[in-house]
Amino acid sequence: MRLPPHIGEGITQTLIMRTKRLLPALALALMPANVIAAPAAPPPPPGVAACTGCHPKSGGDAAIPQLAGHSADDIIAAMKAFRSGTRPATVMDRIAKGFSDDEIRVIAAWYAAQK
Amino acid sequence: MIPPMIEAQKNRREILGGAAGAAAATLWPRAIRAQAAPRIVIVGGGFAGASCARALREADARLAITLVEAQHTYTAPPLSNGVLGGTRTLAQQQFGYDKIAAAGITVAIATATTVDAQAHSVTLSTGDKLRYDRLVVAPGIALRFDAIPGYSAAAAAQLPHAWTSDGTQIDLLRRQLEAMDDGGLVAIVAPVNPSRCPPGPYERASMIAHYLKTKKPRSKVVILDSKDTFTMQELFLKAWKELYPGLLEWKSLSSGGNVASIDIAKKTIETDFDNYTFAVANVIPPQIAGPIAKLAGVADRTGWCPIDPVTFESLQQKNIHVIGDAALAGAMPKSAFAGSVEGKLCAAAIAALLVDKKPAVPKLVSNCYSVVAPDYAISIAGVYHPVNGEYVDVEGSGGVSPLDAPAALRAQEAKFADAWFRTNTAEIFG
Ligand SMILES: Cc1cc2nc3c(=O)[nH]c(=O)nc-3n(C[C@H](O)[C@H](O)[C@H](O)COP(=O)(O)OP(=O)(O)OC[C@H]3O[C@@H](n4cnc5c(N)ncnc54)[C@H](O)[C@@H]3O)c2cc1C
Repeated sequence: MRLPPHIGEGITQTLIMRTKRLLPALALALMPANVIAAPAAPPPPPGVAACTGCHPKSGGDAAIPQLAGHSADDIIAAMKAFRSGTRPATVMDRIAKGFSDDEIRVIAAWYAAQK
Repeated sequence: MIPPMIEAQKNRREILGGAAGAAAATLWPRAIRAQAAPRIVIVGGGFAGASCARALREADARLAITLVEAQHTYTAPPLSNGVLGGTRTLAQQQFGYDKIAAAGITVAIATATTVDAQAHSVTLSTGDKLRYDRLVVAPGIALRFDAIPGYSAAAAAQLPHAWTSDGTQIDLLRRQLEAMDDGGLVAIVAPVNPSRCPPGPYERASMIAHYLKTKKPRSKVVILDSKDTFTMQELFLKAWKELYPGLLEWKSLSSGGNVASIDIAKKTIETDFDNYTFAVANVIPPQIAGPIAKLAGVADRTGWCPIDPVTFESLQQKNIHVIGDAALAGAMPKSAFAGSVEGKLCAAAIAALLVDKKPAVPKLVSNCYSVVAPDYAISIAGVYHPVNGEYVDVEGSGGVSPLDAPAALRAQEAKFADAWFRTNTAEIFG
């Protein structure tokens, strides 16, 4: 099995040679717009990476409570209650204890902004 | 033959002009270069590497991302012990790369054979050479087949390890259990630390015991261990007493569990104190990072890969990042849960570094469920952050399931195990 030529070394070389003749600005202008478009949404804040494996940004599994679209206040209140032990939990008590107020606020705001 | 996902990808890449953009990136002045298409190559399409590819794609639409994976089908190890217990099918563990390709990631089904860190290139088994601006190494583990006298790579065709994403191994172990006569002994050889999924061998013993209890009740499971303690030990011992009395025995290092040699023809395992004649043997050898880590110069003398915990960049090679089981990540366990989070955080770090921004200090979670019977799971959770260049537990966080818990809680954890698996694999492969 061979890879398509565009990711092979040979083709890249010829493209480098061809591109060399273009002025950088011109080369840029020739590139399709979507290649240089900025990311559509800012990347999620760092704490969120730890959450989405169970609480995805949309959809998800009925067995795990969904967070996307809930109000930030609700999520903050739940996390703080898990952390202090006032809300019974299966695993979230153990996890919530690892997050600070600031981190919880940022994560909650991100989920609240997902539709 | 070119796999269809690469064929489909080719068209898309031509529309996007990926290679042209990437080539131009090396020629343009820095300010403009930031607008071009940096090339990211990821070796290994497991929980870590494939998560990283998806997160990079979301983080920055300009990147030319290539995921190199040796197998067409990924057999996810988490919950695969359920295949042995008869509670899950092999198909439920298996995922392809079509959706990843459709998301705008070039998927190359091939083995990466060499890395030239100076020239920034990776050579594949197909002979192709991929150039990169940043390389992500996510190969998982290599099994140390030389560690147990009598065991070898060839022996795995008779005594499966079933410890990697190669689905034929778990399938073989399942078929051996099915073919076994009632009354036989199933031996599980458990490895030293550090290893992939510390509770895995004990979850496996539980699931095999479940199968035997329901189908071959005169049979037995013995775990021959090179350790004196293991994770969630109290919880496992309690569950075994309740669920599998007389059916499952754990031999610790000091009670003679350490395996001295294996005789495949005679079907015997010799330990420091005893001799066991087995009907089925599952040998899980000690482990190191996948072979490409050493070839890339990112593995140290331990066989694992030291990293900067904020960027996951190798401490030994610039512009090469290591994630997943292959990385030395301090207190963090080698789990799919953690690997997937590492993939996302590494992607965010790379996206930041490419535009000369400082990557955010990460926070990681690992939460691993062990299913000891249908409707009965326990878990170990941890929250981690870097302190002085190493991942440590966030003080006061994490821990294991309570030792005394109502059946409803164990059942709830079993439901969560399934739901985590479905959600995380959908996020990565869906
Ligand atoms: C029985 C068992 C149960 C488990 N249960 C759980 C659980 O419940 N929860 C949990 O979180 N974790 C669990 N784990 C651990 C989990 O499976 C691993 O931690 C996880 O798979 C690591 O992900 P990875 O991406 O680093 O490696 P892998 O999943 O092994 O993926 C690496 C990929 O890289 C590919 N590769 C390697 N080298 C090359 C190369 N040179 N070129 C191309 N491709 C290459 C391989 O084919 C492989 O697909 C379990 C493990 C086992 C064995």
